[in-house]
Amino acid sequence: MKNFLIALVVLVVLAAVVIGPKINNVPRLDEMVVAATSSVDNQYKRRSDLIPNLVATVKGYADHEKEVLTQVTEARAKVGQITLTPEVLNNPQAFKAYQAAQDGLSSALSRLMAVSERYPDLKANQNFLSLQAQLEGTENRIAVARRDYIEAVKNYNLELRTVPGKWIASIFYPDAQVKQNFTATPAESAVPKVTF
Amino acid sequence: MASALLGAITFPTLGNSRIVDEAGLFSQAQKATLENTLATHESNTTNQIVVVTLSSLQGNDIADYGYQLGRAWGIGTKEHNNGVLLIIAPNERKVRIEVGYGLEGALPDAIANSIIQNTILPAFKQNNYFEGARRGVNAIISAVKGEYKASPKTKKSSSKSFIVPILFFLFIGFNAFFHSRQSQSKRVFPSLFFGLFAGVLSWFMFTLLGFSFLIAFIVFVLTYFGGSLGGGTTGSWGSSGGGSSGGGFSGFSGGGGSFGGGGASGSW
Repeated sequence: MKNFLIALVVLVVLAAVVIGPKINNVPRLDEMVVAATSSVDNQYKRRSDLIPNLVATVKGYADHEKEVLTQVTEARAKVGQITLTPEVLNNPQAFKAYQAAQDGLSSALSRLMAVSERYPDLKANQNFLSLQAQLEGTENRIAVARRDYIEAVKNYNLELRTVPGKWIASIFYPDAQVKQNFTATPAESAVPKVTF
Repeated sequence: MASALLGAITFPTLGNSRIVDEAGLFSQAQKATLENTLATHESNTTNQIVVVTLSSLQGNDIADYGYQLGRAWGIGTKEHNNGVLLIIAPNERKVRIEVGYGLEGALPDAIANSIIQNTILPAFKQNNYFEGARRGVNAIISAVKGEYKASPKTKKSSSKSFIVPILFFLFIGFNAFFHSRQSQSKRVFPSLFFGLFAGVLSWFMFTLLGFSFLIAFIVFVLTYFGGSLGGGTTGSWGSSGGGSSGGGFSGFSGGGGSFGGGGASGSW
């Protein structure tokens, strides 16, 4: 009897030790996804904020490239309509729309940068060079932020989909859902080639 | 590109120095000059600047490589993320200034780009790597100078390494206590309690489940069967607690700073 009691206590302690540390995993990982999300959104916003200046500068040298300039402006307006909020993460439709809008801006921008290569005066303009460096840096930060986001969502989803996280979530966090993740689009993996 | 996602890249070791010259571009004297400049700057501002030359980017984009290297080394302090890497890959003819989160304001991309284009590349084009690196480092320093001030040195040696030996002594003490007063059968619950306590404590400290589990088990076994081990163990454990937290005078190591892709690249 005594031995049985001891065994029972050991079992309870074991269960507590195994589950205890993991009990906060879902909210903890969720917070990390939220942080990664806002970081992605911030970087996209930062890119969006660069555009008016960039468009104005390019216009000064290449005014007749109306088509490309309009495309960029329109793509930017579209991007401004959707913010990456935690609600969007649980909504596949909205998430897709967000991604599509950002991808649209990416390709419009790379077209604009390709066109600017044709204007030596523009390429020598200090303001343009500075904007170009900022845009490059921002695209780079977007890539990093997206990668961190993909990692955070992967960890979160793994926790929800595997044992024992799955069991813990079903008991303590029944509302937790698997989150949407970014997929690399063909436009993203293909590097725009500039011909001279 | 996607394969680099989980850091399949191998990085050179930081090896106690602010100049990691994997490509062998600098002489000893040149390294010492750069090291001196950077060490002085760090002691005044806590900013960590590291110059690294790479024999190969292993097929990665230099920007891709750069932020992962910065994170892997943890350049910059953990609270300010104030690290900068000057990365030179002579074989790919690429150079990059990688800026930690905390210095993105002081050293924005446009400034980093202008340092590369106007200060570093002219010297690199003449194969004068040291001159380019030296001027680049000076330009970086003058950009980030005002951002952070070094606060008077607080005793920051890692608290964790102190707790561990203290814990051991604590449990050895209890161990001796129970051993002297009670028979084994009466020690089950106290031992379980201590085991659990130790496990939870170590979990809080290290957040490693398996490790804490092990600690809990070891402490349980020790407190339960402690009798046969006797007092001699105290001495042997006492000696292992020391030496782990040395360093900090002349050596250099990353402070845990992080990077988010800020900075600029160039090629020649």
